[in-house]
Amino acid sequence: MPARRIIACLDVKAGRVVKGVRFEGHVDMGDPVDLALRYRDAGADELVIYDITASAERRTIDYQWVSEIARHLDIPLCVAGGVRSIEQAISCLESGADKVSINSPALADPAFITALAEVAGSQCVVVGVDSRLVEGEWMTFQFAGAARAIKQTPRRMLDWIVEAKNRGAGEIVLNCMDSDGVREGFDITQLKAARARLSIPLVASGGAGAPDDFVDVFKEADVSGALAAGIFHSGATGIADVKRAVSTAGIEVRP
Amino acid sequence: MTVAVVKLGVGNTASVMFALDRLGAEARLTADPEEIAGADRLILPGVGAAAYAMERIKITGLREALVNFRRPILGVCLGQQLLFEESEEGGAATLGLLQGTVRRLPSSIAAPAPHMGWSRLAAVKPHPLLEGVKDGDYCYFVHSFACPIGEFALATCDYETSFSAIVGRENVFGCQFHPERSGETGRRILSNFLALPC
Repeated sequence: MPARRIIACLDVKAGRVVKGVRFEGHVDMGDPVDLALRYRDAGADELVIYDITASAERRTIDYQWVSEIARHLDIPLCVAGGVRSIEQAISCLESGADKVSINSPALADPAFITALAEVAGSQCVVVGVDSRLVEGEWMTFQFAGAARAIKQTPRRMLDWIVEAKNRGAGEIVLNCMDSDGVREGFDITQLKAARARLSIPLVASGGAGAPDDFVDVFKEADVSGALAAGIFHSGATGIADVKRAVSTAGIEVRP
Repeated sequence: MTVAVVKLGVGNTASVMFALDRLGAEARLTADPEEIAGADRLILPGVGAAAYAMERIKITGLREALVNFRRPILGVCLGQQLLFEESEEGGAATLGLLQGTVRRLPSSIAAPAPHMGWSRLAAVKPHPLLEGVKDGDYCYFVHSFACPIGEFALATCDYETSFSAIVGRENVFGCQFHPERSGETGRRILSNFLALPC
C-alpha cells in the first residue's frame, strides 16, 4: 500500500460548503475555495468536492468553481455531483479535476462506468456508493444528497462494488450512511466486508469523529484512504492531528 | 521560454497547465506539430490508455515532432510510459525513446491496483532535474502499468514490484507520478525541468 490517504471532502450546496447529519439538515460551513486552500495547507492528501444536490436537481457540478479550486491545488482533486454523461465528466477533467466520482447515474446506467473508463482511463473513474443496512443487508441508495429525493435501489452494496470494479472503476468510495455525520467512528464491519472483495482502492467515508477513528479504520478495515468533512470544517480536529495519531500507531502516512 | 503541453484528446491536462502557470511559465496546450517542434520545453501528459494515446499521436501526425525533439521533453504518468518501446496495455508500440517494455502491475486484494496514492521515491540519483529531491520524498501516483528499471532510472518506487519513478537520458525525461499533484516535491521537479539547459 502507498501511504494511507487522509481525504478532506467539501460537500457543496448552492455554492457553499455545508455539513449535514445523516445526509440531512445542512449547516453553512464556508466558501469552497477558502476551505480547499486551508486543507491543502494543512496537509490533506486529496480533496473531494461534492455538489450534493446536483443529481437530485438534475444538473451537474459547476465547472467554473472546479477550475477555480483546481488552479490553486498541488494535491489531487476529485469531483462529484450529477455527472451523468461522458461530456460532463470530460469537462470536469478539463477544468482541472484529476478524478470524477459517479454515484446515482452509475446505478441508473452501469454501462456508463465502462464508457467513461474507456475514454478517460480507470484511474479517473471513482464510483461513490451510498449504503445502509436494510433488514440485515447493506443496500445501495440513489440521490442520498437530498432528503426528499433519496431512493433505495435493488442492488446490494457487496455485489455492486464488485460489478463497478469489473466495469472499469478505479476506486470505490463507500459512504456508510448509518454512521454519516454521527462522529462515532467509521462503519468498520461494512468497510471490512467491502475491502475483502476489492482489488482496487477502497476509501472509507462517514462517521469520522476523532483521530483514533482513522487509526481504527486503517488497522481494522485496511482501506487505502479515509475521508471526512464535518470534523475538519468545524476545526474540532485538524488533519495534522489525524496524521499524528495514524503515524504514531505505526501506519504510514505522508508527513 | 515557451513550454508546449501536448494535447492528445481528453484528459486532465488542466492540472499540468495550472502547475506551469503557478511557476510563471508560458505554456501552450497544443497538438500542432510545428508549434511543438519549435517549443523550448515539451511536456507529454498522460491521457487514457497507451494504445489510445498512440492512435492519437498517429492521427495528429505528432510522432516525428516527438521523437525528433532535441530540447528537454518530460513525459508525465502515461507520458513516461509512452517514451518506452512498447506497452502491455493494448499491446501498443510506443515512441521507443527508451529501451524496454511497460508491464501491468500485479493486482490483488492484498495489493490493489491502480497504485493510487502517495509513495516514496527511492534510489534518487544526483541530476539537475532532481536538485533538492531526495530518497523518501512522497509523490502522488496513479497507474496500473509500470516502466522497467534501467540505466535511465533517476529514481525508483516500490509497490509490490520496483519500477522507474523518474527516468532521464540525454534530453528525454519522465515521471510516473503526477508532479503537478505532488506538492512541494513535484513543484521542485517541474521547476528544475524548466531550468534545465537546452
